[in-house]
Amino acid sequence: MVTYITRRLLLVPVLLFGVTVLIFLMLQFLTPVERATLYVRDIPKNNNAISGIIKQYGLDQPLYVQYWRWLVGHTVGGERKGGILFGDFGYSRTASQPVADLIRLRFPNTLDLTIWAVAPVILVGIWLGVQAAVHQNSIIDQAARIFSIVGTSFPTFVFGLLMLMLFYVKLGWFPPGRISDWASIIVRSPDFHHYTSLLTFDALLNGRLDVFWDALRHMLMPILTLSYISWATFLRVTRSSMLETLRMEYVTTARAKGLSEHDVVFKHAQPNAMIPVVTLAGFSVIGLLGGVVITETVFNFPGIGQAAANAAAQLDVVTVLGFALFDGLILIVANLVVDVMYAVVDPRVRLS
Amino acid sequence: MAETIPSGDNTLLRETVAVREIGRVERFLGPENYRIVMGLLKTPASIMGFILITFFILVAIFAPLIIPPVNPNDPYKIPRDGYKSEPQPMGTIWNTSPPPLPFWWKPIMGTDHWTHILGTSQGQYDVFYGIIWGTRTAFRTGLMVTIATFLIGIIIGSISAYYGGWVDNVIMRIVDVFLTLPFILAALILATILTPRIGKSLYPAIIALIAFGWMTYARIIRGDILSIKERDYIMAARVIGVKDSRILFRHIIPNAIFPTLVLASLAVGDVVLSFAALSFLGIGTEVGYADWGQVLSFARNWITSLDVYWYIIVWPGLALVLYVMGFNLVGDALRDVLDPRMRGKT
Repeated sequence: MVTYITRRLLLVPVLLFGVTVLIFLMLQFLTPVERATLYVRDIPKNNNAISGIIKQYGLDQPLYVQYWRWLVGHTVGGERKGGILFGDFGYSRTASQPVADLIRLRFPNTLDLTIWAVAPVILVGIWLGVQAAVHQNSIIDQAARIFSIVGTSFPTFVFGLLMLMLFYVKLGWFPPGRISDWASIIVRSPDFHHYTSLLTFDALLNGRLDVFWDALRHMLMPILTLSYISWATFLRVTRSSMLETLRMEYVTTARAKGLSEHDVVFKHAQPNAMIPVVTLAGFSVIGLLGGVVITETVFNFPGIGQAAANAAAQLDVVTVLGFALFDGLILIVANLVVDVMYAVVDPRVRLS
Repeated sequence: MAETIPSGDNTLLRETVAVREIGRVERFLGPENYRIVMGLLKTPASIMGFILITFFILVAIFAPLIIPPVNPNDPYKIPRDGYKSEPQPMGTIWNTSPPPLPFWWKPIMGTDHWTHILGTSQGQYDVFYGIIWGTRTAFRTGLMVTIATFLIGIIIGSISAYYGGWVDNVIMRIVDVFLTLPFILAALILATILTPRIGKSLYPAIIALIAFGWMTYARIIRGDILSIKERDYIMAARVIGVKDSRILFRHIIPNAIFPTLVLASLAVGDVVLSFAALSFLGIGTEVGYADWGQVLSFARNWITSLDVYWYIIVWPGLALVLYVMGFNLVGDALRDVLDPRMRGKT
């Protein structure tokens, strides 16, 4: 166990180095002037000033020098500029604020969405898979199979647009966006305390059930969309893992000693069948945390995915790369957590 | 050709050993691959899938007969009927510069002027034209991305598996790094970077999808080669002194490649999902290019009136879903056939 975790921890710096190098190399496609927004806000118009900046920030230096500077920043007049290690990801031209501030502003929204989406995405998907496996080859199984194939074939944005057409335009139940205007006025008022900066939790802590319900109502369509597209995968993995476990001899033993079918399935088979599902669940939480670009964009939900898509549509590369870097860091840590969890759940992994 | 059965009383033997004819196809593919192909041809779901795929292939091939381009030199530009912003309903008569009438129009529709069969989208782009010619775009992008990622994956995966040791270690860590960034975000970035440099076309998105799409193949082929490397016949080839490169290219890869090849051919559907997602986000092709994601992206400006203009999302959306579903149906059957527990069953 200790060896496994140590080996896994040693991989973290390697991945950190790799991801930063990959993003740095992608930055090299930009002209030195475009890269200057990593360090300065206003790019001057006249050529002399521009070449002055290129010189000053060493944007014409060899790659390894630039990489180092990109990591630790430049000290200009006693003041550090840039430096991703210090959390300075450059200046977003399109959002007119530092990329790090933009991330700080948007990430709580993505986190809020993730927290509310986790239960429906994972639990319902697993439940469907168990049902399909227990009733193998019955109508339930066939229906689950069709449901899953249709689910994997639906592009997120098409599904999202159809949801908007039905639930927003036709029925008027769930609006897109983050929060209604009236609620937004309350949230911005000085009486409303931002304890966690997660909107739904702040609303609860402030005792504003109306604001809470409004924020949740805006998230229902994204949650439903994310659920539908992930259920297909959960269903398939859970079903096949469950089927495999149900064929094992210890399950036959459990049946033979006269346990009820319910106990056999849910007490004996299911816990072991959940091992591969745990990994999948981990990865899907990671995916949600990384910002779901398409879903957030379709429903105009102001998370980090939508911010990245907006910046990309306006060809603001420095901003998008800032998001990629942030995502990369989150994902490396989250992957580590999932792998360790996996070793805890499955003794075969930590012994190999 | 029947297997030789010892003469004499062999009823018992005949009952226990299934004697069957081995056809040419089976000889060519080998027993294991033959089983995969036959398994796919016998499942109802995958037959449905093949029908859908064939349908789209036919649409792609006969696109110029179904709806002839207005400008034959630039067939992927969706023709516009004027410049009005609001989408027009299905069946509106095509007023400005309609495409030439195809042979089937008069007998079926009974008129001699084009109408917008499936309506027009924002800016009077014809939805039907976009869907029909978009089928070609779907196959072009799907094939280009799949072939390129497959080849890159095979080369990198085989090098990694064959040399092993530190080479393998370095390559696999690079694969890890590429897999760390979320796929759509990574592709989005690269496409964003490339667009101003190589111009608005299919290529920024295609290159981006290739750059972040090869890793799965590399991993699969590496795993397969590692397991085949240990088989007896490879050992036998080593013992009689066959050269390394010959062992790799003549003995290992041909035996390792088939399942991956089938998987890859089914990815043609998935690629289209990612490609459409990128063009929905406004990355890649020029406005008005015949591409399903592009046609769908018009709907983003009409969300509050989608109940009226439903045809601008339902038809292109349906084309996209059915296309991907065709490949997924076959893929789902394939997963069952490739399942090791199914080996030996037909």
